[in-house]
Order: sequence, then structure tokens, then C-alpha cells
Amino acid sequence: MNTKEKTPVIEFKDFQFQYFSQAEPTLYDINLTINKGEKVLLVGPSGSGKSTLGHCLNGLIPFSYKGEIKGSLKIMGQETKEMDIFRLSKMVGTVLQDSDSQFIGLTVGEDVAFALENDCVELGKMKETVQKVTDIVDMGELLKSSPFELSGGQKQRVSFAGVMVDDVDILLFDEPLANLDPATGKTAIDLIDRVWREEKKTVIIIEHRLEDVLYRDVDRVIVVSDGRIVADMSPDDLMAADILPGLGIREPLYVTAMKYAGIKVTPQMHAGRLDTLDIEQIREPLLAWNRAQEEKEKSPERPAILQAEHISFQYTKKRKILQDISFTIHEGEMVSVVGTNGAGKSTLAKVICGFVKEDQGTLYYGGEDMSDWTIKERSARIGYVMQNPNQMICKPIIYDEVALGLRIRGVPEEEIEPKVDKALKICGLAPFKKWPVSALSFGQKKRVTIASVLVLEPQILILDEPTAGQDYHHYTEIMEFLKSLNSQGVTIIMITHDMHLMLEYTPHAIVISGGKKIGDASAVEILTDEKIADQANLKVTSLYELALKAGIGEPTSFVQSFINYERGTRHNEIETV
Amino acid sequence: MKSKLFDYIDRDNFIYNLSGLTKLVAFICLTFSVMFSYDIRYIIFVLVLSFCFFRISEISFRQVRTMMIYVGVFLLLNFCLTYLFSPQYGTEIYGTTHEIFRFSSRYTVTLEQILYQVTKILKYASGIPLGIIFLLTTNPSEFAASLNRIGVSYKAAYALALTLRYFPDMIRDYQDISLAQQSRGLDLSKKEKLGTRVKNMMNIFVPLIFTTLNRIELISNAMELRGFGKHKKRIWYAGKPLGRNDYLAMLFSAAVLAGSICVSFFVNGSRFYNPFV
Repeated sequence: MNTKEKTPVIEFKDFQFQYFSQAEPTLYDINLTINKGEKVLLVGPSGSGKSTLGHCLNGLIPFSYKGEIKGSLKIMGQETKEMDIFRLSKMVGTVLQDSDSQFIGLTVGEDVAFALENDCVELGKMKETVQKVTDIVDMGELLKSSPFELSGGQKQRVSFAGVMVDDVDILLFDEPLANLDPATGKTAIDLIDRVWREEKKTVIIIEHRLEDVLYRDVDRVIVVSDGRIVADMSPDDLMAADILPGLGIREPLYVTAMKYAGIKVTPQMHAGRLDTLDIEQIREPLLAWNRAQEEKEKSPERPAILQAEHISFQYTKKRKILQDISFTIHEGEMVSVVGTNGAGKSTLAKVICGFVKEDQGTLYYGGEDMSDWTIKERSARIGYVMQNPNQMICKPIIYDEVALGLRIRGVPEEEIEPKVDKALKICGLAPFKKWPVSALSFGQKKRVTIASVLVLEPQILILDEPTAGQDYHHYTEIMEFLKSLNSQGVTIIMITHDMHLMLEYTPHAIVISGGKKIGDASAVEILTDEKIADQANLKVTSLYELALKAGIGEPTSFVQSFINYERGTRHNEIETV
Repeated sequence: MKSKLFDYIDRDNFIYNLSGLTKLVAFICLTFSVMFSYDIRYIIFVLVLSFCFFRISEISFRQVRTMMIYVGVFLLLNFCLTYLFSPQYGTEIYGTTHEIFRFSSRYTVTLEQILYQVTKILKYASGIPLGIIFLLTTNPSEFAASLNRIGVSYKAAYALALTLRYFPDMIRDYQDISLAQQSRGLDLSKKEKLGTRVKNMMNIFVPLIFTTLNRIELISNAMELRGFGKHKKRIWYAGKPLGRNDYLAMLFSAAVLAGSICVSFFVNGSRFYNPFV
């Protein structure tokens, strides 16, 4: 794209921004030019200022979130602070992160028409435009559908169409992959790419899942850290520059694998995308590394703690949510339950916790039939942690929140305190005992909810999407914490569609699709099985693709070696720290 | 599922195709006509009408079953309590006494009292299907568009539509939160004392409120980014021009209301109809 003539559409000059509510500026010395027709990826860890940068572009800053601006930001040659949010919204269309709660209209058509309604476009023309734009994103047939009938990916298409009706020149995507499963995420990136090519838009994507975005061409990657731009280069150069790990951003797994194999990544390898990677340059060291890895011994099998036999469940007669599901989970295991949205994995968790009653089949806890156990009885052995900690926390002070479960059970106050202290200590929250919950970060709140469940001393912990919306740093923090819990003997079951999580932390994965179990094996085997991955809306891992590309005989064992090696190095890192 | 209770489901029939404004006017007129009159004949007439409308609207009984059970219990309770607290009210308003039998001097059962209480039950019973029809057959956005057309500011109208739009979401949130809290041992079942249950409910509302506030911020940002509030007026995608059926329906409802008033003033001479004179 560099050969095109360059017309700058976005120009930051010595730009600085400070929220009125904060003591320090969030952005410093931003100098950045984005040209017409470019596709730019903006990455950075949580709190780096990348979202703030996005808000500056779409006008939420300074018009909704107030603060002090220094320097200049011009969009299409006009200074933004002299415009208003409405004029800006005609130039920059924003697709927000959570397409679920920004679905304003009652139907697809209405939601897409929202901007046109506000512009007082005449009804006939409005309907015509809506049809045209929804056709571009393949939603033209579903104009009358309500948001409840749509999948996550479809909702995102609707919000995408909603900004395209304005015929904006710049499209801004704020974490478009956050709520999507891997396969849908891939389609979303494809769609963005198609619109960028066919409609000749300038595209800016804010995202921390670097590998997934780089699956299609990107002109430049801009790395933000601590409010400053620390890198602005092509993906190929970025992979060679080796700055991402230090910033808490995950580099693509195949790049990490290359580094483990002792390969020095250079721009000439074109490592920005797996498709463009020049495999000839690295095949030899990769094969050598693979030969050098030893197989890890399997640990002896422990007794079963949770068994399901032929579980079926349905809300109504027509639609079966779960069909004949059987599995065994052993004591001290870490298991992931994966599958598409609506596949039945959350329902399975509900059945296990006793929120709903199975229609057929039996669940056993340590060999004991659980059929007659109430929710309360189950909760003493099986803890359930929701995805969103804000949905669980109901007391203002951390101590009270964690103590709640015990108080309800009528445990005397003098016995409560040591138990709460213990749970807080395990979760690394001991210093915050008397703190208000509101002072904590998202990740810390998550730990509060885990502590409040742990205090009941369950043997099994079920977590719904434990790392959703977390950047690599917080992801690692939460997962290492769960890992340490696990090593203290708690069996952990995670409902997830995060493939990295599966691969790295859960030796055992159960795959559910359409209410049926379609896979029950090691995570590595699942993520290298194209058929299962396809059915469950997963992707095969890029490590597997790398192994295939390099011509490694047993790609599955290559992936396993990588995981073993990585666990080894991370373990060492933690010990040396 | 419970959350389906207030979901708007699109159907194609006479009632659904009326504009939201028409349905509002009809709802007000018909309800007012039964609330005004104590003439059991007229009330039965409206009751029959409202059940007919319910049939025409094709709302499945399953969808409203839970609500119906609550309403039934409420009506029964109301019936008993009315008798308990004012057993002679019927005699008082109708001015005659036709005694059937007596428990005690205060608790005498009279024909008047029975007529009064049956009339009252029928009043509620005829109003409730109308309310359900209005709630379930009106597309919230289309209703907002109608309100806007009769002069309500579009921001207020949209706020109303949004509330209806997000109500099912809130019910879903509530269910999720309630499950999670129950798994921590919060007992919401009847085994627990009422006081404790109310306290336990609070533990669900706090997170619900925070989740909702968070959602409001997201929505208002999303709306602003797409130009909401830019102009003095807006065109509604879901807006429906009033058709012939709308005028007919409104005319009909107005006639029923007028009928109710006429019967009271010219036939009975008061709001009450006394067959015992």
C-alpha cells in the first residue's frame, strides 16, 4: 500500500491528554500520521492508553469524557476539538467492543438505520440504504430478527453495518475480537479485510490479540505502552524487533516457537503472517529443536471426582440442549470445556451446580449419586464463578463479600475470620481485607469472587470464561493463580473459547457442539484435529500449521513439546524472580 | 422461560398491525370504561370483547401463564379481603338488603355484597387481558414513534422504548445473578423466613444495579457516536402511518367508553346498577 500517494487523514502532533479525574496524563507526546486507505493495528496492554487513543479519534474525547488536551489532532485536515461529536461521527465510524449491549434497535433493520433516523433521512431512502449496507455484511436476509436470535458474530456484523450507513471514510474497531469464538473472530477479520479492500476505507483496529488480527494483511502495527507510542512499523519488522514480550503483549505462538528453537527473527523472514513466513530459512533449526525434545512422562491417574453418565437436558420439548453427555474428571485435574456459543457448555455447568435438573442420566461426585443434592449442598463441594465479577459482588467491603457465604450458613463469626483470611491469602488479597471493592481492578475483583467461593472450601471450581476481555498480562496473572490453586488440590473446570488457555493450562479438554460431546482428549490433540476444531468453531493452533509447513512428521507432538518447553521456561522464570 | 414474558414477538394479524398509538388509545378507553361503570352487564360486555381481542391477537396462553397465575391469586386474595374488611359495603352502595345467611351480625352475606364483589372481580378480569395485549403486541420502537407523533419529545419517547427493549436483558441478568448467589448458599425459596428472603434479594439487586448502570454508559456512548440528539426531530424506521383500521379501532373504543358513561348517566342514573330494586 506504500506505493499509493499519501494523503494524511489522521495527524497527531505533540498530542497529550489528561482525564480531569486523573492525576497524570493518559497519553504523552503522541506523534502519529495515518494515511488514506491504510490499515493500521493498534496494540498495547490494558491501561496503556490505546482505548483512550481510540476515544480521541471518534470524539468521545473530549465530548463525552472530559479532560485536558495539549497539542493537535487533525482528522481530514480539521482540528477535532473545534468540531463536535456529530460531525466527527460522519468521518470516523466506530464499532465498539461489546456488540451485545450496543445493539440499540429492536430489530436488525432498526439498529442499522439508527444513524439515518437521527439524520432525518426520508423513510424510503432509509430502507434502501439499510438493505444495501446489510447486504455488504451478509445480514440482508435477517432485517427483522431481534438481537436475541443472533449469534455474537452476527451482532457484530450488525454494528458494523450500523456505522457503514454513514459512508464514513475511517473505520475504527475497538477490540473486535473480544467476545467472539476463534472461528467467528477469523471471519470478522476477513470481513474487515474485505471492506477495506472493496470500499477503500481507512481502517484502524484496536486489539490485543495480535496473532488473530495478523491473520490478514496489515500495513502497520502501532504499539502503545504507558501512554506513549513505542513502535510504529510493519508486522514483519515488529516480529524481528522482539519488543512485544517485554511489554506484556503476546506475540504469535509460531514466532515464540521460532525463538525457542534459537532462531533469530529477521524482517526478511516475513514473520508478520504465517502465510508469508519464509519457511526455508528456518526449517533446519526447527526440525533440530523438535528432535531434541523429550517426551514427558504421563502422571499416574488419580481417582475420579466428577462423573457424568448419559446426561440429557432440555428446556422445551423441541430443542435438546444436552444430549447423552458422559465424561469423567479426575481429582486435581484442570479441564476446559469448549464449544461455540449456545453449544450447551454453560447449561452443562448449570446442571453440575444443580441450577437446573438433568432430564436423564446421573452425575456422581466421588462415586456418590448427586441427584438428590440441592444447590446449597452442591455448593459446599462445587464452587461456581461467573464470567463477570460485577454480577457476583454485592457487598461494599471485600471482607464482607468473602464472608457472605459463611454468614448465610450461620457459621459463628469467630470461625469466619480465619477462614476468610485464608481464602484472601490464597488469592493474594490479604492486604486489601478491609478495602472497598470499588477500589479494585477488574482482575482483582475476579479474585474476590474466586475467594468468596473458595471460602466454602469446594473441591471443584467451575469458572465461566475466567479470562474474557483480559490482556496477556492479566490473563497470565489469573491463570497462574488458578494453576497454583490447582496444585493445592482443587479440581478446576473452565468454560472457555480461548485456545491459548486451553493449550497452555488445561491438559484435558472436553468439546461440546450442538449439545453433544464431540471430543474428550488432551487439549493438544483437540487443537490439532481439524475436524473437531471445525465443528466446534475453534481454529487449529498456528503451531500446528507451522509444524505442517516445516514438514515435521508428527505435528501434534511438536505442539506438545512446545507446551512442555514453555511451562518449563515459565516455571524457571518464576523461580528466578 | 420466564424471560420470554415481556419479549415482543412479531406476528401478522389485525391487532399486531394496528399502530402503537391506536393500541394505547384503545387500551385507555376500554380500561376507563370498565373502571368507571359498576354495571355488571356492561362490564361483561367489555370482558367478552377483551377476550375476543385476546384471541384475535394470537398471544399464546403459555407465554402469559405465570402472569395469569399471579393475577388469579391476587384476585382471590382481593375477594376475600374485601369481604373481611367491608362485608356490608354492597348494602351501603346499593341501598337495599337481601340477606342470604349470616355468620355473625357483622358478617352477613347479602346478594348486594356478592354482586358488588363479582362486579369488581370482573372489572379487573376485563382490564388485564387488555393490558397484556397492549404490552405484548406493541413494538416498543413503533410505539415510541407514535408517541413522538402526538407531540412527546423524541428523547423521552426513545427512553421509553429503550426501557422496554432492555427489560428482557435485565430479567436475564437477574436470573444469572440469582443463580450465582444461590450457589453461595443464598436461599430464596419458601423455606427461608420472609425477612431473610427480602434481605437475600437485596444481595441480588446490588450487582444488578451496577451491571445495569454499566450497560447504560455503553449504550449512551453508542447512541451518541451514531448521532442521537443531533437534530430537533428524527425519522423513525419503525414508524407506521395511521391507516383506516387504526381510525376505526379508535372510534370503536371511544364509542365503548361513551357507551359506558351513557349507561351510567341515562339508564342507571348512577355508576351502580341495582337489579334488586
